[in-house]
Amino acid sequence: MFRRRTLLASTLAAAALAAPRAACALDPRLAVASFSILADFLREIGGSILEVDSIVGPEMDAHGFQPAPTDAQKLARARFVVINGLGFEGWMPRLIRASGFRGREIVASRGIATLKAKDHGHSHGHGHGHGHGHGHGHSHSHGEHDPHIWQDPRRAQAMVRNIAEGLAAADQEAAEAYRTGAARYVAQLQELDAWVEAQFAAIPRARRRVVTSHDAFAYYGARYGIDFLSPQGISTSAEPSAQQIARLVQQIRRERIGAIFIEAGASPRVLEQVAAESGARIGGKLYADALSRPDGPAPTYIALIRHNTRAIVEALAG
Amino acid sequence: MLFEPLISPFIEFAFMRRALVGCLALSLAAPPLGVFLVLRRLSLIGDALGHAILPGVALGATLGGLSLAAMSAGGLVAGLAIVLLAGLAARGTGLREDASLAGFYLVALALGVVIVSAGSPGVDLMDLLFGAVLGVDDGALLFIASVATLTLVSLALMWRPLVVETFDPGFLRHAGGGGVAWHLMFLALVVLTLVAAFHALGTLMAVGLMMLPATGARFWSATVGGQVVAAVMMAMVASVLGLVVSFHADVPSGPAIVLAAGALWVAGLLAGPRGSLLRQRISRPHLAG
Repeated sequence: MFRRRTLLASTLAAAALAAPRAACALDPRLAVASFSILADFLREIGGSILEVDSIVGPEMDAHGFQPAPTDAQKLARARFVVINGLGFEGWMPRLIRASGFRGREIVASRGIATLKAKDHGHSHGHGHGHGHGHGHGHSHSHGEHDPHIWQDPRRAQAMVRNIAEGLAAADQEAAEAYRTGAARYVAQLQELDAWVEAQFAAIPRARRRVVTSHDAFAYYGARYGIDFLSPQGISTSAEPSAQQIARLVQQIRRERIGAIFIEAGASPRVLEQVAAESGARIGGKLYADALSRPDGPAPTYIALIRHNTRAIVEALAG
Repeated sequence: MLFEPLISPFIEFAFMRRALVGCLALSLAAPPLGVFLVLRRLSLIGDALGHAILPGVALGATLGGLSLAAMSAGGLVAGLAIVLLAGLAARGTGLREDASLAGFYLVALALGVVIVSAGSPGVDLMDLLFGAVLGVDDGALLFIASVATLTLVSLALMWRPLVVETFDPGFLRHAGGGGVAWHLMFLALVVLTLVAAFHALGTLMAVGLMMLPATGARFWSATVGGQVVAAVMMAMVASVLGLVVSFHADVPSGPAIVLAAGALWVAGLLAGPRGSLLRQRISRPHLAG
């Protein structure tokens, strides 16, 4: 941790040096989001007016992100910066300070009800006495709140409104355009929410149990009644032991898991054996913290939620 | 229930049974080849060939996906090509065969890593190098069993000329036995078995099940036949032991099997009935007196 801090600090120092404040003119159209999903929200709200950029791009992990000097330069020129908050992009406040950012900072998660960050258990309490996972694939701590709120399309609507209000407050002339853009997009998100709900309607509540090595889907799970459990046993080590595989199989049998989505750790051939043995289905890739590239399956937030929903429904429908 | 911890993992889990059957089949085929490699002073050839099949496997996986047939065909072609090239280079230039093989296998290994890195994103280098015993499916099991059968039958048919060629190559050549042909056929069997073993143990660990029981066997028997039997038994014990240890002690399965084979080898080295350290210590005063 200490090493990462010093590394980050030195990167930031370098970034600050590389971006002399006076030399950068403020770009009144530039809005910078901390990661790709917020950038998509920004484009939907004010795409016709704003030039939108993001610090952490598509297919990139915001958790272990190392800012580069160009990121600080972006911020130094930007009029708006949009962050998720809740400690999701913990490196962002320091980057904003180091860059000499002079615009308006908008926190998209402000005022939105959060879930407690789980110690890698399941997504929401139903009183089952689950054992908690030992090896976690994707562990990171953000503090007491789970920051992945965009995974719930309803909370995403609130985020979009937050962002639009922030933009409107600072840019009075275009305020009406932002509000119109946000209202149009919120309507699309409501449609999305209804669509997702309809997809799961055919699957009995008791069967909606999924094991995933991502711990980013608690809000999605809470909204649509899906239990996301972390895999027991599987770690990110090169080759799993027989015991790890056995634990996973036992967990799937015991807790009647319908599908598993595990990207890191075990080889696909081993996971196929687990599926054959336990009756669970192997799902594809779920997008958690970043969009895909434009030619991928999740280039926008709406496409991301649709992709994840299809993947989960397909795996659960068996 | 003394044997319960030994048996229960295999009763409860099909993946454990598959891994066990695959390893037992390999234990029948690989160690006899290893015994001949040791006797022919080619112990490290197995290692070299293990690496040599990597670019073929990687190319097969890149072109044909993670399919059994594509990876096996690629590995087989690459392994045989390296054997022939090394043989030709040795005969054409006077470079010793092991030296030319070392040259070719290093190139092949590097080429394999490059192909994996540049190729399809679904192919994992760790997976190719260390395998996935626990991921052995029906197709892989059938392939391993077929190769083991073929290897055993071939070895039985070529036993006599191979033994003669091993101990007295000059005699075989005088008798018109065609020494080089047997040698190449033998190496082809080694490549075939390594390709089969690769599906369970990966290119690096596959060699362990071939060579460790073979080197350990010489502490148990003086005859070639006896050593083959001893090596097969040790490989089988190592397979069961490794899988059970992997299950109860939470260690990766492939390395656990190879470590078990290593432990048996060390046990033979220390206290085997023939030529072990213990045996030498006991017999010294007898010889002196």
